[in-house]
Amino acid sequence: MKTIFALAGVVIKELYRRKDFYVLFILTILICVIMASVNIYHDNEVIRYIKALCLLLIWISSLVIAITTTARQIPAEREQRTLLPLLAKPLTRTQLIFGKFLGCWLACGLVLICFYTFFGVLAATREHTWPLLNYFQAASLHWFTLGVVIAMTLLGSLVFAAPSSNSTICFVVVGTILCVGRYLDTVALKMTEPLRSIVYAIYYAIPHLEWAFGMRNLIVHDWPLIGWSFVGLDALYLAGYTIIFLLAACLVFRRKAVN
Amino acid sequence: MMSAILKTDKLRVEFKSREFRQPAKVALGGLDLEVNAGEVFGFLGPNGAGKTTTMNVLLGFIPPTRGTAYLFGIDVRQPIARQRIGYLPELTYYYKFLTAEELLRFYAKIFGLPRAEADQRIDQLLKLVELESARKRPIKSYSKGMQQRVGLAQALINNPDLLILDEPTSGLDPLGRMKVREIIQRLKNEGKTVFFSSHELGEVETVCDRVAIIHQGELKVVGRVNTIMESYPTLEKAFLNIIGYQPQLAP
Repeated sequence: MKTIFALAGVVIKELYRRKDFYVLFILTILICVIMASVNIYHDNEVIRYIKALCLLLIWISSLVIAITTTARQIPAEREQRTLLPLLAKPLTRTQLIFGKFLGCWLACGLVLICFYTFFGVLAATREHTWPLLNYFQAASLHWFTLGVVIAMTLLGSLVFAAPSSNSTICFVVVGTILCVGRYLDTVALKMTEPLRSIVYAIYYAIPHLEWAFGMRNLIVHDWPLIGWSFVGLDALYLAGYTIIFLLAACLVFRRKAVN
Repeated sequence: MMSAILKTDKLRVEFKSREFRQPAKVALGGLDLEVNAGEVFGFLGPNGAGKTTTMNVLLGFIPPTRGTAYLFGIDVRQPIARQRIGYLPELTYYYKFLTAEELLRFYAKIFGLPRAEADQRIDQLLKLVELESARKRPIKSYSKGMQQRVGLAQALINNPDLLILDEPTSGLDPLGRMKVREIIQRLKNEGKTVFFSSHELGEVETVCDRVAIIHQGELKVVGRVNTIMESYPTLEKAFLNIIGYQPQLAP
């Protein structure tokens, strides 16, 4: 376990020593602060739109950080040849995959803390409320969703040669799941066989990240908390997909020659 | 009796061709090699001879097609075989965002060294590779020679009994080469076993006890440096003759 934490530590250091996170964070803050400072039509309800846009920006920024950080991990190790001294140590490839995953996931957790703290402060300046538990529910499921995305990107980084192609494919897949994933069963109903079965199979096979994505509404519309058991079940569901992707990554990596 | 701490037994490595119906390329064709404890062993051969492939098998990076390789009597396919070795690959660019101290601490954690022991070891190694003054500087600001020396330090973090060095002086200026050579010499004096590949035959002649020369995946000769050089004025002449090089003279 110490080995996995050592690997994760290097990934976290990389995140805070590179400029990507700061650029995205400052950009998000600027856009949100400008939006929040303008009182459009003197409508007090406009804060909901601002909150919705702000959360959407946070989701996009966190996905960008998660995918780009993860996509370069193993290709960079290969390109810089640091993978060689690393694997020449008593370290298994499975530990390497889990270390990289943990590093990216914890780093994304820190990013989310920054983003949600900023969001909370921004919302409190206009609404004077601190629905901390709502934030916790939304942020924790957001973090688990990023876990699936990170594991999927890590698998992609072993399959696709270039980090850019892997990032693009992951963005398209995640974007498609978030936007149309929930409608696939409805679409399937209107289709004829065998397409119907194929679309149904896709519907049941893909990780439904949109459930956690929908948690934004909890904050935007000040809805009451959802049951903790539902949050726990969704977290378990997402953790299940994360493990599946990680195991697939381990299998692919074990077969890969390193030279 | 000498004990072999590195041993290959009829090691064969084939790479499948990506071209349809093309035969597999034989990188190593049944290599038998033994390196004894405490010796500096030079592994020589022209480019593409199979030196790096042999090292890749020894380090568990690629599986052998046939045959076996052992480190300290343990099959190299088991990660534990690498517990007592240090490895310096050719031309590696270490994590640019880390300092030398952080890099060494990271590798020390991989070996599970306790904090106090790691601190002591890091101080010793930075002194050995003359990077004490640059220990807090990010690696991205290091020269090529400094990067190679930090690489050597990482290879020694676990105080290994066997060091595997892949062209350790490649791309270094004469001063850098001399420093690396001095370090190898010092390790030899400490009783470490060093297995290294190099194209710098002068340095091989200076520091090695025994050498092996391979060509096209076949072991051509193995023995003490002075024995191999008995009939030749330099190791370079011996090397060229053994690999069958015929000089092309102008008419």
